Amino acid sequence: MAASETHQAIETVFRIERARLIAGLARMVRDVGQAEELAQDALVIALSEWPKTGVPNNPGAWLMAAAKRRAIDGFRRNEMLARKHAEIGRDLEDEGAVGVEDIEATMDDEIGDELLSLMFTACHPVLSTEALVALTLRLIGGLTTDEIARAFLSNEATIAQRIVRAKRTLGASGLAFETPRAKAREARLASVLEVIFLVFNEGYFATAGEDLIRPALCAEAQRLGRILVRLAPDEPEVFGLLALMEIQASRLASRTAADGAPIPLTEQNRARWDQMLIRRGLAALERAEALGGADGPYALQAALAACHARARRAEDTDWKRMAALYDRLSGVMPSPVVDLNRAVAYSMAFGPEAGLVLVDRIEAAALRSYAPLPAAKGDFLFRAGRLAEAREQFERAAGFSRNAREKAFLLGRAAECGG
Amino acid sequence: MRVMVMVKATKDSEAGIMPSTELLEAMGRYNEELVNAGVMLAGDGLHPSAKGKRVAFDGPGRTVIDGPFAETRELVAGFWIWEVKDMAEAVEWVKRCPNPMMGPSEIEIRPLFEAADFGDAMTPEVAERQDRLREKLADR
Repeated sequence: MAASETHQAIETVFRIERARLIAGLARMVRDVGQAEELAQDALVIALSEWPKTGVPNNPGAWLMAAAKRRAIDGFRRNEMLARKHAEIGRDLEDEGAVGVEDIEATMDDEIGDELLSLMFTACHPVLSTEALVALTLRLIGGLTTDEIARAFLSNEATIAQRIVRAKRTLGASGLAFETPRAKAREARLASVLEVIFLVFNEGYFATAGEDLIRPALCAEAQRLGRILVRLAPDEPEVFGLLALMEIQASRLASRTAADGAPIPLTEQNRARWDQMLIRRGLAALERAEALGGADGPYALQAALAACHARARRAEDTDWKRMAALYDRLSGVMPSPVVDLNRAVAYSMAFGPEAGLVLVDRIEAAALRSYAPLPAAKGDFLFRAGRLAEAREQFERAAGFSRNAREKAFLLGRAAECGG
Repeated sequence: MRVMVMVKATKDSEAGIMPSTELLEAMGRYNEELVNAGVMLAGDGLHPSAKGKRVAFDGPGRTVIDGPFAETRELVAGFWIWEVKDMAEAVEWVKRCPNPMMGPSEIEIRPLFEAADFGDAMTPEVAERQDRLREKLADR
């Protein structure tokens, strides 16, 4: 094998093994930052060894062994240091210090749910949302700081700093690297799901910039979701989230026109919807419901997405079912955005006037400068034949939009109203 | 990207010789690894071509040919659909597969067309018909 091919193979192997490697090491050294460094060390060793010896048959185990040797060397060094310090009379013998024997015992432990632990750690609520997302993409997704920076329209230095600080915060807070139980587990799992969905949404609908979608981020979030359902097979909301992401992602190819302009759901070419993802999504939704989670927020959102996915033609959409699902969703997850979508479903199920009644109730409360609100209202008015008012709403919506493509689309709809 | 990974048939698989318990176990572990990594979307094994049929097309003519088919090396004995970052990742995963056959064997990796690759030739009508077909297949 040529050297460059070997290098590519090593990098690919590392990408595949990285998360599990870090997860296993983090359990051992109880520090994600150090675990990541050890994994990186193992990669460096592989890069010098494998071109000579060839890629081993079980590269994951090889990398893990190399990293663990490094870790033990480090502990031995620390222990010697500690002894020396003790000798010169300083009491540095930390009662929490771990002996080499303990480490070796830990090494032999059955590989359990380290990856889940790592997800729980990376999604620890002591960190800010931005830090959670960056750390998760880095540690579990294996994205480079540059890739994360590009995805979030930030610069590499900012992201790198954010990750370093997050790791330091985790280290300083002395968090036990383990899977929390019972109530704590539920709360932390919710945090993990939220982070994954944030990543997905950032890919599905960028909040700013020229590109409407960043499919690679969606793919990564889906992959994390697929991993998570294996790690937590009894949690209905995990399946609910996966179902939601798979079904949403099935529309990625049809959401934008050739020139990048967004295409509303009802006008998309459904031929381009990915039927394999839809089937996977519907299966995950069924699983969520079978586990008793039909009324979980993610499962309900997935059920809503499924209404679109099941309709071969836009006019086949079961809007009455959607209106009922939105009623339930606004019960478990009250939010003005849900209310807005509920108004849209009502307008489709029962006519634009029904939508206008609901949307007027929202306006009084929140979403002052949220483009989709006047956009929806504009659509109801347009369908009710009140063109002048509709135009005004579309123009307002365009004024609020931060996305160039979306803005152009809204101005186009305003122009359709004439006047 | 999505790839189809095809296990090529061998004389043994075409003869209907079933895999050993050890191989089934190893394959099970491998499949589990694929699923755990979020890579595997679908996959199955195929009966020998003796149980298959071919329909040959020539203009308006249709000729049904019963299996088994001759060119063993070109036949498929099993397949997966994977979602991977790139071809290199697909190759690395395939390398980890236990030898799927008792003797020498081959696995082929081919990227999938996505619906979007067909552009406007894929009209809603064409797709609807394809989807109906898929549904019928799934009902069996």
